[in-house]
Amino acid sequence: MIKDDIKLTVIKPRSGWQVIDFRELIEYRDLFLSLVTRQIKTLYAQTILGFSWAILRPLIQIVIFTVIFGNVAKVSTDGIPYFLFSSVAIIPWTYMSQAMSESSESLVSGQGMLGKIYFPRLVFPLTAVLSRLVDFGISIIIILIILLYYHVLPTWNLLLFPLFLIVMTIIPAGIGLWLSTLAIRFRDVRHAMPFVLQMLIYTAPIVYSASSIPEKYRILYSINPLVGVIEGYRACLLGLPVPWIYIIPGIVTAIVIFISGALYFRKMERIIVDVI
Amino acid sequence: MKNTSSAITVENLSKCYRIGLKEEMNDSIVKSLFGFIKSPIKNYRRYRSLYKFDDTESEVESPDIIWALKDVSFSVKEGEIVGIIGVNGAGKSTLLKILSRITDPTHGQATIRGKISSLLEVGTGFHQELTGRENVYLNGTILGMKKKELDRKFDEIVDFSGIDKFIDTPVKRYSSGMKVRLAFAVAAHLEPEILLIDEVLAVGDAEFQRRCLNKMEDVSHQGRTVLFVSHSMPAVTRLCPRTILLNGGGIAADGPSHQIVSIYMNSEKATKAERTWSGTDQAPGDDVVRLYSVRVRPEGGEVAEAVDIRKSTAIEIEYDVLQSGYVFMIYFHVVNDEGVEVFLSIDNDNAWRDKPRPAGRYLSTSWIPGNLMSEGIFFISPGIRTLNPNIRRLKAEDAVAFQIIDSQDGDTARAGFTGNIAGIVRPLLKWETEFGLRSGSPLA
Repeated sequence: MIKDDIKLTVIKPRSGWQVIDFRELIEYRDLFLSLVTRQIKTLYAQTILGFSWAILRPLIQIVIFTVIFGNVAKVSTDGIPYFLFSSVAIIPWTYMSQAMSESSESLVSGQGMLGKIYFPRLVFPLTAVLSRLVDFGISIIIILIILLYYHVLPTWNLLLFPLFLIVMTIIPAGIGLWLSTLAIRFRDVRHAMPFVLQMLIYTAPIVYSASSIPEKYRILYSINPLVGVIEGYRACLLGLPVPWIYIIPGIVTAIVIFISGALYFRKMERIIVDVI
Repeated sequence: MKNTSSAITVENLSKCYRIGLKEEMNDSIVKSLFGFIKSPIKNYRRYRSLYKFDDTESEVESPDIIWALKDVSFSVKEGEIVGIIGVNGAGKSTLLKILSRITDPTHGQATIRGKISSLLEVGTGFHQELTGRENVYLNGTILGMKKKELDRKFDEIVDFSGIDKFIDTPVKRYSSGMKVRLAFAVAAHLEPEILLIDEVLAVGDAEFQRRCLNKMEDVSHQGRTVLFVSHSMPAVTRLCPRTILLNGGGIAADGPSHQIVSIYMNSEKATKAERTWSGTDQAPGDDVVRLYSVRVRPEGGEVAEAVDIRKSTAIEIEYDVLQSGYVFMIYFHVVNDEGVEVFLSIDNDNAWRDKPRPAGRYLSTSWIPGNLMSEGIFFISPGIRTLNPNIRRLKAEDAVAFQIIDSQDGDTARAGFTGNIAGIVRPLLKWETEFGLRSGSPLA
């Protein structure tokens, strides 16, 4: 055996703030992939409807919102039919809310595995974020059907779709990194999650249009990264003018949350197993 | 300083845990109401403190800090098989957890040369809803195999598990035995340079355990480095030339396995040859009869853990009958350290058979003859029943233990042979060999 081939591992107390170890993540990519596959395969195990749930859940939500906010409360949508207006927002929202809550609980619910085997702990919160993309992909079908029904034609704006897709995954990833680590020490996270989600759904332009926010609060409003993503999807799918004023601050906050989350995760990683 | 041929080098490894302190109890309604209101602040401080380790240097004696491992240093050469023994809480599992990188050390460092795999518990990551096939891949990648490697070994793994018929059935429909077999089959096909094993052999049925031990022996012949944490002394002495004894988080002894095992057997914390219950509330028993003491006394001597294989041994059971008028049956089980029941012996003294006994202290002694059991460690579990009504009044699991030693003098059943001899019993049989007989001639 050639000595140079032997993998050398030094185990010592880790300290301080370290950035993401991408080399290690690549080394464990097979594990990462099989955990994502496991998540996807077992998500709808022993259900009658199976993956149809990925379509039904947002669809029911869209119908409820259309009846309450569109027909009863008559929320202004800048002249867009409410059904069309809310569907392009609710589908990314459904993805983000599910990825967020699943990612936040990932370390606590996976503690059995954490205590028995080593792998980059980062894999856990990221698994939820990636596996939920399958649901998102399926529910895109709803948007396509609704767009066809309202005869909305694709515009050049559609080229921006990948950008919003990336921002849409970075947000729950960042929040998941923060909250899953916090949940290790304080189980309050799980109980607070429903309220956090409720707050997010009403602070983002999901049931109403961002244009109804008074001019002077728009900068403050745009710090919420959900605003940029939701308004961005609307512009890109419906062919409206792209509101960069919301999108750029949103991207910045999303990246700040993600990087700070990754750093915090890295710092706490070493004590996860001891405290859980 | 580092030896180039060492696979594992551990230097001054320490690990401390902070355990939560006991909460104060509120003894009045007003106090508990007040406590309830301020409890969020208290809880926050408490849960926050659980992850603070910066102050451990200055606060070593703090009551809520436990050193699971303290200043442990050793090195393991490439291809060496080392057993790790010690009582519960000695730090065995913590050591393996640090080496397999599950948890970080507080101080010190360990250097590992080569791919390391741990079998801290087989079946990690098994998902009930997935089929056997999917779980083989999932579990395999979790244990550190690559997908390509699994494609190649898949048939071999299924073959080894012996459940090829059910490989496409969800694991939740498996019996627990089948699950363990599949999980072990995956683990057995890992090809790490260094293998960490912790009590894996405690699971599965006897036939499967034998297969696992065979696999362990295979591995040991392939030049792999193995760390084997176990409570089974014969397994350790047979599989590992070298053993490390841990005690209270530190290394108590390190050397050839048979020496270390006997040090461990004679150490204070191991099950002793004598056990006496002082407080009546702790003693096994009920309001009819209570155990007082159990002792192992080799022929013509004091109480001792080590017994010569040729000598007979007295098992003394001392107990208090608290209510007169019952007929008792006194007995004890003898179990070896692999969990095999060697025999059960019942008090056959005619003097007390079928006779109601008056209250008071009794001593029942039984003699195990010499040249009966083979070398090894044996546990005695005494029990007492009443026959009217037929109720088991007490049983003291593994109350005492002793070790049978075959000194290789030449006049034992070993007849000077120094190798490993299988079997639970080792009777000294009569042998005769005649010489010079014509072949085919009738005997006598």
